[in-house]
Amino acid sequence: MNKKQKRMLIKIVIASVMLIAFHFIPLKGIIRFIAYMIPYIIIGNDIIKKAFKGIINRKPFDESLLMAVATLGAISLAVYNEFNGQIGDYVEAVAVMLFYQIGEFFQSAAVAKSRKNIADLMNIRPDYANIEKDGKLVQVDPNEVNAGDIIIITAGEKVPLDGIIIEGNSSVNTVALTGESVPRSLNVGDEIISGSINLSGLLKVKVTKNFGESTVSKILELVENASSKKSKSEDFIAKFARVYTPIVVFSAIALAIFPPLIRIIFLNLTPMWNIWLYRALTFLVISCPCALVVSIPLTFFAGIGGASRTGVLIKGSNYLETLSKVKTIVFDKTGTLTKGIFEVNAIHHNKIDEERLIEYAALAESASSHPIALSLKKAYNKPIDISRVKDIQEISGNGIIAKIDDIEIIAGNDKIMEKFAIEPIKCHCVGTIIHIAINKEYMGHIVISDVIKPESEKAIEKIKKSGVKNIIMLTGDLKKVACEVAEKLKIDKYFAELLPNDKLNKIEEIIDGKNTVAFVGDGINDAPVLTRADVGIAMGAMGSDAAIEAADVVLMDDNPLKIASAIKISKKCLNIVKQNIWFALGVKFICLVLGAVGIANMWLAVFADVGVMIICILNAFRALIIKNNV
Amino acid sequence: MKKTYKIEVDCANCANLMEEAAKKTAGVKNAVVNFMTQKMDVEFTDGSEPEEVMKNVLKNCKKVEEDCEIYI
Repeated sequence: MNKKQKRMLIKIVIASVMLIAFHFIPLKGIIRFIAYMIPYIIIGNDIIKKAFKGIINRKPFDESLLMAVATLGAISLAVYNEFNGQIGDYVEAVAVMLFYQIGEFFQSAAVAKSRKNIADLMNIRPDYANIEKDGKLVQVDPNEVNAGDIIIITAGEKVPLDGIIIEGNSSVNTVALTGESVPRSLNVGDEIISGSINLSGLLKVKVTKNFGESTVSKILELVENASSKKSKSEDFIAKFARVYTPIVVFSAIALAIFPPLIRIIFLNLTPMWNIWLYRALTFLVISCPCALVVSIPLTFFAGIGGASRTGVLIKGSNYLETLSKVKTIVFDKTGTLTKGIFEVNAIHHNKIDEERLIEYAALAESASSHPIALSLKKAYNKPIDISRVKDIQEISGNGIIAKIDDIEIIAGNDKIMEKFAIEPIKCHCVGTIIHIAINKEYMGHIVISDVIKPESEKAIEKIKKSGVKNIIMLTGDLKKVACEVAEKLKIDKYFAELLPNDKLNKIEEIIDGKNTVAFVGDGINDAPVLTRADVGIAMGAMGSDAAIEAADVVLMDDNPLKIASAIKISKKCLNIVKQNIWFALGVKFICLVLGAVGIANMWLAVFADVGVMIICILNAFRALIIKNNV
Repeated sequence: MKKTYKIEVDCANCANLMEEAAKKTAGVKNAVVNFMTQKMDVEFTDGSEPEEVMKNVLKNCKKVEEDCEIYI
């Protein structure tokens, strides 16, 4: 609680105690008036001051004026009643002011709390970096470290700058960045990203980027600026508040003047000025727009904050809003739905153990650094004993002949098999096929291809469930490959064999102005497409500047399930916004009608104002709660 | 030129009013008040002196919202 809030809390307590005490003390006449004026002034003096300042500065139509006029009016009515021999109700005026201030207090506490929550979530800013100077560790400001410098990160410390490990190995926790709680293990030569936490070993890291350009600065900047980009709902509310307050004030004036005049002139009845004045004042109390003005930006802020905790960075309230309306999602295949790396995907028609087949293939390819050879070695996943391999003969573009444990192995494509008069069994699968023959006898083949991510199928299913109608896949890959992936993932439509330029044209065709279109890419050479789509979603963006720049929504890791959760978060947020708009306006409108016909008194009016605001704020807080089960 | 200032403002409506007031100040091309992070991004027109302009921005903001503060 800051100073202002503490002072307000004290005022609220004093005024409440006095109000209750006076209820039990029999006071009369002028003394009673003075007694009630004490809590009124304690609790309301700054509101009245603000109202006057507003009039002086010619900006009179704000909440302070409404409250000041309503409460001062109620006091005048009470005094008028006293003069007529009745008992004036001062409690109402003081209570209205008191509740108004309680509402304001609650609002500022709620906002401060959510601000703190989100600041904690984003608690990734490193305070210092360790550098070695004359054999000693010195802590310096991360800003002072330049690219190329060597920093040292001990266990338990935050990684202050992006870099490459040059000494040591460790596991690091990237949960604050990606929402992924399983630590990653890193070795010499691996990239390490600022904002993650070094869990175990001592690391020496060569810094690759200055602090200003490091991942952690980029993310913080992005989240902090996110709520500056206002959504349509927020703009609507801001505009609404601007016209709404004057309208209510003038309606209140009309309500105070016209009905009594009509009664005298046309109906020949007593005017009943005091009753109509009271109704007009009730009108003013109901009319404060605070519930909307506060709760809607708060909802967006909470939603963006909650999303960032799961590793989904949304660059602005406007994108959160657009995301909730997405009807068409266009995926780039490689790197989003598939891993974008070649892996051993299947082994067919093998006459010996799969492991043996992989072993022979890996040994035969041991001298090569071709991606295919690398994926074979990776599948073998054991150290390779080169002494077992002899007489390696590479037939360029076709394959390899080698002796392994003095057995002749031929590994390669159809052509090399045919050359040695071996009948290869054709494969129906898409990808690179490595046939293996031992002593010129066919032993089966290994399929190497880009692998679909394990989460992709579930992700597509969840996205469809969340209300997205069309899912389209674009790829530069062969039609055959695209078809297989699309079938497996149950994607409605695909366009294959596209050059980067064609992707942009396709997106423009797909954007027809009716449906909201999102594009999901990995940020590698699809930046223009990310920018062109209504919402550009970049995945696996950790460490990729181009993607963070170009996209509107950034997924820190490369799990496609996060897209579904991002959509879910956005829908939840927009639902809360809608609920708050309708609830607040609905209650207020009903109370305004009741007030105009004289059924609502000022107590109900206070509920319509403060109560509604508190409920709306509590509702807004729900946006912060995001279940982590994506 | 763009600069970001830390501000202090209590209610969201007041933040909107501050934004309006800042936008109307001479020398300000555009202004965005971020109520949640308590920040004001001001874009200045070419050739204007940010320090001078900000003094006027503060003055105008004080007119609409007595309680606000901009840390220039």
